Amino acid sequence: MRAGIRTATDGLATGLAVLSTVLVVAPLVAIFVYLIFKGVSSLNLDFFTQVPKPEGVSGGGMANAIAGSAVLLGLASLIGVPIGISGGIFLAEFGRGTKLANAVRFTADVLNGVPSIVMGIAVYSLIVYRQKHFSALSGGVALGIMMIPTVTRTTEEMLLMVPHAVREAALALGVPNWRSVLSITVRTASPGIITGCMLAFARVAGETAPLIFTALGNSNWSANLNQPISALPLEIYRYALSPYEDQHRLAWAGALVLIVLIVVAVSLVRYVTSRGVLKGAS
Amino acid sequence: MGVGIEVVNLNAWYAANHTLQDINLNIPANHATALIGPSGCGKSTFVRCLNRMHETNPIARVTGTVRIGDLDIYNDAKPVEIRRRVGMVFQRPNPFPTMSIYDNVAAGLKLNGYSNRRVLDEIVERSLKDSALWDEVKDDLKKKSGASLSGGQQQRLCIARALAVDPEVLLMDEPASALDPVSTSKIEDLIFQLKSQYTIVIVTHNMQQAARVAEKTGFFLNGRMVEFDSTHKIFTNPSDKRTEDYITGRFG
Amino acid sequence: MPEIRISHSPIETRPSPQPNPGEGRPPAQPAKAEVSAIRAFLLSRGNSAIADRGFHWLMVLCALTIFGIVVLIATELMVRSHLAWNEFGFKFFFQAFIDPDSKQPMYWDPVNGHFSAVPFIFGTLVSSFLALLLAVPLAVGLAVFLTEMCPRMLRAPLAFVTELLAAIPSVIYGMWAVFVLVPILRQHVNPLLIKSLGWTGFFNDENPTGLGFVAAGVILAIMILPIISSLTREVMNAVPGSQREAVLALGATRWEMIRMGVLRNARIGIVGAIILGLGRALGETMAVTMVIGNTPQIQKSLLANGASMASVIANEYAEASGDLHLSALTEIGLALFIVTIIVNALARLLVWAVTRGTPAQVN
Repeated sequence: MRAGIRTATDGLATGLAVLSTVLVVAPLVAIFVYLIFKGVSSLNLDFFTQVPKPEGVSGGGMANAIAGSAVLLGLASLIGVPIGISGGIFLAEFGRGTKLANAVRFTADVLNGVPSIVMGIAVYSLIVYRQKHFSALSGGVALGIMMIPTVTRTTEEMLLMVPHAVREAALALGVPNWRSVLSITVRTASPGIITGCMLAFARVAGETAPLIFTALGNSNWSANLNQPISALPLEIYRYALSPYEDQHRLAWAGALVLIVLIVVAVSLVRYVTSRGVLKGAS
Repeated sequence: MGVGIEVVNLNAWYAANHTLQDINLNIPANHATALIGPSGCGKSTFVRCLNRMHETNPIARVTGTVRIGDLDIYNDAKPVEIRRRVGMVFQRPNPFPTMSIYDNVAAGLKLNGYSNRRVLDEIVERSLKDSALWDEVKDDLKKKSGASLSGGQQQRLCIARALAVDPEVLLMDEPASALDPVSTSKIEDLIFQLKSQYTIVIVTHNMQQAARVAEKTGFFLNGRMVEFDSTHKIFTNPSDKRTEDYITGRFG
Repeated sequence: MPEIRISHSPIETRPSPQPNPGEGRPPAQPAKAEVSAIRAFLLSRGNSAIADRGFHWLMVLCALTIFGIVVLIATELMVRSHLAWNEFGFKFFFQAFIDPDSKQPMYWDPVNGHFSAVPFIFGTLVSSFLALLLAVPLAVGLAVFLTEMCPRMLRAPLAFVTELLAAIPSVIYGMWAVFVLVPILRQHVNPLLIKSLGWTGFFNDENPTGLGFVAAGVILAIMILPIISSLTREVMNAVPGSQREAVLALGATRWEMIRMGVLRNARIGIVGAIILGLGRALGETMAVTMVIGNTPQIQKSLLANGASMASVIANEYAEASGDLHLSALTEIGLALFIVTIIVNALARLLVWAVTRGTPAQVN
C-alpha cells in the first residue's frame, strides 16, 4: 500500500515536472514564432532605408533608428569593451584568489542585476542635467557603463579557460608578464572574449529604459553626439504604443531585427564555449 | 656553450610545506645531469628553482643561493632575465595554440621585440634542425598551428622554441613521460647531441633513461638530495643504501 | 656510454645514435657572431619592471571602475533626490497627502506638488509577488525536469531555448504582452477570474481593459522564469552525485531521490535563485510599463490598473514638470537602486554558498 503511494507520488512528480516544462517551453516558443511571423510580414527594404513617415501615413522605415542604435552602440562599446576586458584580465591574471578580486566579481554580479532605468537616471543626472539637453553622448555613456560588468565577467571566464601550461610556457621563455598576458593568454582566449563582448553588445542593443531620458529619440537622421538620437528599441516602444496600425507594423519589424541579432549572439557564445573552440592546446 | 650551475643551501617552501631541504650540488657545464627519485620528492620543484619559475606560485618561497655561471640568479638579476638564459621544457608539451609552427619557435624572440625577418628565418630553421623536427614541418611552417602536431612533434617543437633563444642551460622536466616510445627515443637522441652545446638538467622518472643520456645523476628523496655522482657509480655501486633501494626497485 | 646493470636485468647499451640522414646531424655550428648576437640582444632587453608594473596598475584601475560605477550611481541619485527628501522626508515612502475636500489620499499630484511613493511601492510589490507565485513552481519544475528527468538529447536544446529567452529584450516582451497577452486576458481569462474568484474581493473589474496587475504579473513571470530556472539547475548540478546515490541505495523512488537527495541539499541555493528572480522582477521596466495601466492608485482588485516604481519613472521622467517632480522620481529610483542591490547581493550570497565558487552565470 505504502509502496503504491510512493510510486504514485513519483509518477505525479514526474508528470508535474513535464507539465511545467511544456507550460514554459510552449508559450515561449509561441512568442518566438508569433514575433517572427509578425515581423517577417512587416519587413521590407524600406524598413532599412527610410525614415518614419508622419503619423497616419503608411510606409516609411526605421533607418534612422538603426543608424542611431549603431552610433549609440559604437560609443557604448568604446567605453565598455576596453574597460571591461581589462577588468576581466585583472580578475583572471592578477587578482586570482585575492579579496579584492572577490569583491570586484561580487559587485559586478550585483551590478548586473540593477535595473537599467536606474542607470539611466544616474547618467541623466551626470550629463543631461548638467548640460541641460538630451544627447546621444549621454545615451552611449549609459549603455557603455552597463556593458562593463558583463564584459568583465565573461572575459574573466574565458581567460580562466586558458590552460595554465600555456602561461607557463610563455613565462619560462623570459617573456615579460604584460606581454605574456596580452600576446599569449588573451590571444588564446580571444574567440571567447570577442563573443562575450558580442553578448554584452546584444544585451544593451535591446535596452530601452536608459535611453528614454538620455538619448530621448529623434525622428530624423542624426549623428551628432550632442543631439538627441533615435534608437531601435526606443522606436519600437513608441510605435507599439501608438494608435496607428502602420507604426505597429514597423514596431514588429524592428522587434524581429533585434531578435535576430540576439539569437546570433547567444548562439555564437554557446558554440564557442561548449565546443571548446577555445581549447587549442590539447 | 653552456655554463655550470652551483647550488648552495637551497631550501624551498610551498606555504608551510618544506619541499626542498638544504640542497647542495654542482652541475657541470656541457653535460647532461639527470635527477631521479620517487614522486613528490621535490625534483620538479628543484629545477623550477633554477629558472625562478617556482616563484610564479604566490605561496612559494626560496632561500639559498643558485649561481648559473657566475651570476647569482636570486640576488643579481630579475626572473625575466634569468629565464631568457635558462630554457625549460615541460612534461606535457605546451606549444602556443594560436600560433603557427614558425611563430612558436620564434616566440621567445618576437615577444621580446626582435623583428629582423632574415635572422628569425635562420634561427627558426636552425632550432628546428637541432630538435630534429625540421624535415617533418619545413613545408608547413606558417600554415600549420603548433597544436596540430602529434605529441612527440609538439614536444620537439617546444624544445626548438627553447633553443631558439640560445640559452646557456636547458631544463627538462620529464620531457618524454607523456610520449610514446618512438618519440621518447627521438628525444633522448636529441639530448645526446645537444649536451655538447648546452648544460642540460633532466628530471626523469625513468631510471633507464637517466642511464642512457646523463653523465651525472642526482637522487632525490623527500626533499633532500641523497646522492649526486657519476651515473655509472649511482647505478652500479651507490654509496647510500636508500639510493640502492630505489634503483633496485624496493620502493618508488 | 658505460654499460649499466640495474636490478640484474641486462640493459642493452645504447648504440651510439645513428641519426637519420638529414635529421639531427651534429647541430650545425652557427656562426658564433650570430649566437652571441641573439644573446646580446636578449641581455639588452632589460627586465621590463616598469612596463609590468604599469600594466598591472592599469588593469587594477579598470577593475576598480566597477566600484566607481556603484559610487557614481549612488551619489548622482542622492544629489538629485535631495529636494524631495528635504520636502517629504521618510514619510515619502509610507504616507500621502490627504485632500481636505474629498478625504482621499492624493498620492501623485505634480500640479500641486504632492508626491508619495506608496502606490508605486504597492504596484511593484504586487506585480512582483504575483510573478513569483506563477513563475517559481514552473521554474523549479522545469529545472527538475532538465537536470534529473530529461533525456540527454533534449537537454542541450531546451537549455539553449531557456538561455535565449533570458536574452529577449524587455520591450519585445512588452510588445507581445500588449498585442497578444492583454487581449487574451481581457476576453477570456479575466472574465473567468471574476466569475470564479470574484467573491474574494481580489478580482473586480470596473473598466475591463486587460491591463493591470495581473497582466504585469503574468508577463513578469514569463520574464523571470529563465533566470530562476537556470540558477536552480546550476544549484542542483552542484549537489554531488554521491548524495543522489546514497538516497537511491536506500530504495527510494526517483522523486524521493530528487526531493531528499537534491532539493533538500540545494534548497538554500534555490531560495537564492528565487530571490534573484524577485530582484529582476522588482526592477523590470519596459514590459511592465506597457501593461500595468499607469494609474497611481491602490486597489484591492488585482485586475485594476496600477503603476510600479520603474514604470512611473519611465513614463514621467523625460517630461517632469519642475524640480520637485524630478526629485521625487529620482528618490523612487534611489529606493529601487538600494532595494535591488540588497536583494541581488543576498541572492548571490545564497547561491554562492551552495555552489561554493564563482557561479559561471552572467545574466
